[in-house]
Amino acid sequence: MSGLSFRRLKALCWKETLQIFRDPSSNLIAFILPVLMLFIFGYGINLDSSKLRVGLLNEDSGHEAQAFSSALTGSSYLEIHSFDSQEKMERAMVDSQIRGFVIIPQDFSRKMQHTGATAPLQLVADGSEPNIAQFVSATVNGVWQIWQAQRAEDRGQKVKREIALQPRYWFNPSAESRNFLIPGSITVIMTVIGAMLTSLVVAREWERGTMEALLASPVTRAELLLSKILPYYALGMISLMLCVAMAKWILGVPFRGSLLALWVLGSFFLLSVLGIGLAISTATRNQFNAAQASLNAAFLPAMMLSGFIYEISSMPVVLRGITHIIPARYFVAGMQTIFQAGSVWRLLWPEILMLMVSSAVFIGLTAKLTKRRME
Amino acid sequence: MNFLNRIRSLIVKELQSLLNDRSGRFLLFMPVILQTVLFPAAATLEVKHASIAIYNEDQGKESRELVNRFAASGAFSEVIPVTSQKQVEDVIGQRDAIVAVRIPEDFSRNIARGETGAVQVMMDGRRSNSAQIVFGYLQGIVDGYLSDRAEADGRSMPSEILTRYWFNPNLDYPNYILPNLIAVITTIGSLIVTALSVAREREQGTFDQLLVSPLTPEMIMIGKAVPAMMVAFFQATLILLVAIFIYQVPFRGSLLLLYGGMFFYSLALVGVGLLISAVSSTQQQAFLGAFVFMMPATLLSGFSSPVENMPHWLQVMTWPNPVRHFVEIVKGVFLKDASLERIFSLIGPLVIISAFTLTMAAIMFRRKTA
Repeated sequence: MSGLSFRRLKALCWKETLQIFRDPSSNLIAFILPVLMLFIFGYGINLDSSKLRVGLLNEDSGHEAQAFSSALTGSSYLEIHSFDSQEKMERAMVDSQIRGFVIIPQDFSRKMQHTGATAPLQLVADGSEPNIAQFVSATVNGVWQIWQAQRAEDRGQKVKREIALQPRYWFNPSAESRNFLIPGSITVIMTVIGAMLTSLVVAREWERGTMEALLASPVTRAELLLSKILPYYALGMISLMLCVAMAKWILGVPFRGSLLALWVLGSFFLLSVLGIGLAISTATRNQFNAAQASLNAAFLPAMMLSGFIYEISSMPVVLRGITHIIPARYFVAGMQTIFQAGSVWRLLWPEILMLMVSSAVFIGLTAKLTKRRME
Repeated sequence: MNFLNRIRSLIVKELQSLLNDRSGRFLLFMPVILQTVLFPAAATLEVKHASIAIYNEDQGKESRELVNRFAASGAFSEVIPVTSQKQVEDVIGQRDAIVAVRIPEDFSRNIARGETGAVQVMMDGRRSNSAQIVFGYLQGIVDGYLSDRAEADGRSMPSEILTRYWFNPNLDYPNYILPNLIAVITTIGSLIVTALSVAREREQGTFDQLLVSPLTPEMIMIGKAVPAMMVAFFQATLILLVAIFIYQVPFRGSLLLLYGGMFFYSLALVGVGLLISAVSSTQQQAFLGAFVFMMPATLLSGFSSPVENMPHWLQVMTWPNPVRHFVEIVKGVFLKDASLERIFSLIGPLVIISAFTLTMAAIMFRRKTA
């Protein structure tokens, strides 16, 4: 009972399409959800701290201390809060009002006469937010370096660094985190849309008993699978284009690639996540469990293990191995390349190949599960 | 007494329907365990095992010393020697290295002449956060080399500020991520349990049976709320134990305060779940409603990136988000032993949110059942 009748397939796809449009929730997933999610990712997820709140306690009334504290206050990266007691300042950090503090001790001006390797200053940062803490440390140190250089120059000392590093960020010259986070977040969004749509759909048919009815009809397994995949593929593709258009024109992320590359990469990724969703719903046959399983199998790995926020190469070996079976990983890398480097096929084809394999695996798995259920 | 008895039997019934099904039971435990094992290891913004490509065109002593220092620093697990700019482009483009360093041929000569020796550092901007961190490593290595040179010559170098990190001295990411996970994972469990339970009963027709029973809509709500809160407490405790005993994250605050916050947090979640449940007629709708709430709520909670990095208007908009307040509570109690006033100022919003959502849910239930 294999083979394909296009007449039947067309009818099934039409039935599925009608069901999609009749159900307000499908429209919500395909059109409202991506816009909402991209909006949140675009504005809510940001690894670049713009204004760091830092406390300052100046115990030295000398000229040098005044000069340095006004250098701190003048920095456009810092929002300096002055305190008059160390205890209050520490409390403010415990309560997250400030993310770090600088103490200029009484003997600061005196010690500045002959400096050693470490500055006569105290800098404490809130380690409970490691990313911010690192920014605090780097920014205050930066102000300190510039202040020292300025001070030396004012005294007529010639300061020339023997070695200077000239940083250049390829593909993303201003090194803005949103330029890579937004293409990555489209991956999370598409994972959600693909896996959620299909995971609930098939489980619902089993629950309502309409799946048995379908299986009793002359419909073949291939037709059944295709009728579940094609309409949702089309829907997913529209959402993907919607996301990319919004990223480009509303969020202002540079898009350097071509639509063709996006279509090829996006298609195989969509097929993979639709496959995951279908496999889950076929295996659980229960909407309640399918919902939870798809959330855990699709959304969270896409969020945590895809390299979208957290660098894969920094993970332990075992986890790095696991990331290879997560389709989102290849789509994140591909999307970042398409958006920022352009349609460089040399860089894209390995990702596309892996996505082809994973879509074949997950759709194949669904086919196998469906067969077993029929017997 | 009659009231309590009825509610108790309702709760028992809910727990049975939650736990009797094997895959349902599995789904309450497994994801929590899996996530607490996987995510603390995965969620790190540190850069480890990075690879560096080095393109050295200079033959001088200084450049060789610098290359040796880059290679020996321990910040990089692999050094890829390259011999052309084309290779540099390939190595970065294909993500084999996150950074490439090019030392031009006049580097050592410039230093000898008293000029500045320039080193080009080319980084993969597609991963600009990691690239910035790696650049910091390189800068540190160069600074170390410069101060060694200065010391050998008897010159003095500009001084450095030493940073001390409180609450998490080595900036360990597991210490940061595990308290966050307590908030995020419990959100998923308890919200889905409440949001889907009523919808499931509606689809199966058992909800009508509940309605014709002597139970009032409020009692039904309590019957749905308590098991979900039990799920939340159970999952949170599980992660808490794993965090303290397996990952050895120091717990500095008071357990009582944490569980107090947990109580109001799960109440707020259950309120949201019941509200979703009350307005949706199918499980699919309920699930979507839960997801549409949960996804922004967890993303905008300060879990994946700090709330203070958001634009101001968005920070204000996150106020009705219970996850945001609870993330702060867990982190405050767990890592910092935050003051009572601080925790109360965070519980306050949770009380208001749960009062609002529970009232709305009760109104919606009445309207649907009337």
